[in-house]
Amino acid sequence: MQNTVRQMAEHLCPGCGYSYDEKLGDDHEGYPPGMPFADLPDDFVCPACSVRYKEDFVINHKPHGDN
Amino acid sequence: MQTYAIETSDNGLVTYQDKKRWFWLLSLVNPLIPFVGIAGQWTTGSELWLLVPLGLMFALGPLFDWVFGEDENNPPEVLVPQLEKDTYYRVLTYLTVPLHFIVFFGCAIWVGTQNLHWWSFLALTIAVGFADGFAINTGHELGHKRTRLETTLAKIVLAVPAYGHFWIEHNRGHHRDVATPEDPASARMGESIYKFARREIPGAFHRAWIIEKNRLGRKVVSIWGIHNEILQSYVLTFVMQIGLIAIFGWIMLPFLIIHNFFSWWVLTSANYIEHYGLLRLKQADGKYERCQPHHSWNANHKYSNLLLFHLQRHSDHHANPTRRYQSLRHFDDLPNLPSGYYGMYIIAYIPWLWYKILDARLLRLPHIAGNLDRINIDPDARVRLYAKYGQTNG
Repeated sequence: MQNTVRQMAEHLCPGCGYSYDEKLGDDHEGYPPGMPFADLPDDFVCPACSVRYKEDFVINHKPHGDN
Repeated sequence: MQTYAIETSDNGLVTYQDKKRWFWLLSLVNPLIPFVGIAGQWTTGSELWLLVPLGLMFALGPLFDWVFGEDENNPPEVLVPQLEKDTYYRVLTYLTVPLHFIVFFGCAIWVGTQNLHWWSFLALTIAVGFADGFAINTGHELGHKRTRLETTLAKIVLAVPAYGHFWIEHNRGHHRDVATPEDPASARMGESIYKFARREIPGAFHRAWIIEKNRLGRKVVSIWGIHNEILQSYVLTFVMQIGLIAIFGWIMLPFLIIHNFFSWWVLTSANYIEHYGLLRLKQADGKYERCQPHHSWNANHKYSNLLLFHLQRHSDHHANPTRRYQSLRHFDDLPNLPSGYYGMYIIAYIPWLWYKILDARLLRLPHIAGNLDRINIDPDARVRLYAKYGQTNG
């Protein structure tokens, strides 16, 4: 579990800046905390702007606090 | 007037003033147009006044667009964050929300108490239907934002035209599928607005429910509960409309049916012209290319853009759906409409005239250059259009 937590990343929509943080998930969209980005549906589109697809998302490399 | 300014390393001091700043207040006048008719009848006693609001919308709209012309000003990109933070602009969108309730109830009370002739009843009802169609425009601007306040206001204002499913269908369906044959809210070449409406209205309703059902399924909550964001808005519609029938009797039934229909019709009209014939091509991976600026029709006309929160700068909206209305930009060389939406609505209602004007413009677009394979065509019109225009393939 420790390992999984350490690897959690934040994925950003390059169009509108929406952030999918694996640690938090997205409650409104029904993605629970801890859900890896890779496990999101293949037809996932940005929940904020809907004009960027899953493969467009980029990982935010900023340090993630104590994780 | 508010001056936005920033010191940049490349260009020194960059400043910007929004020349339209105070003119955006027009968006607060627009929903109230039906009251002109009521005020006229109130003061003169003549029901003829109830014909005036429709005249104001459909005569003044195209006329003012023609008189005041176009505006190609853009804010400098470095100042857009400041412009977006300026609360003045978003307060205007908040204020239009109660206005739609006021005009809706005001006209309902008038119709319910005045014993109007059938023709003046019809004229006022259609006018308030059109006015509340602009509630969908307000709901559109608010529904694209990520703040809780704005999405809540979107759900509330969409209750007036009984179209609570709109913002889900639009944000998550239309924006994803725009300018493809799969999108019920993108019109096809050779498809009249009357045919389009029969595909768009049920298609949008169906897609919204599928999207919401999938979302609630992931959350493992019932679709028939308070978490359903379509139902939240419908409940408010239901309470308002049943309440009016309870208070004023069955006269409210034709009022509400006609009002709701014409509100939806305003949206149908906008959807019809916004992407007519435009097509995103399929990539090698089977997915559609990303939505490009040339996948929307645009109009820069000042007057209608002020009433519509810049909706007509549609290419930038589709490229950047969360961008606020005051920041939307004009770009050169995009599919361009000869008039603002008011004028285009009237043209769309006369299909032969629409085809005559728009089909020629569509075929002339640089990325199409007469090639019908790059156009979203109504399957029923395919043979006819290829016979007519197929020779021009480039």
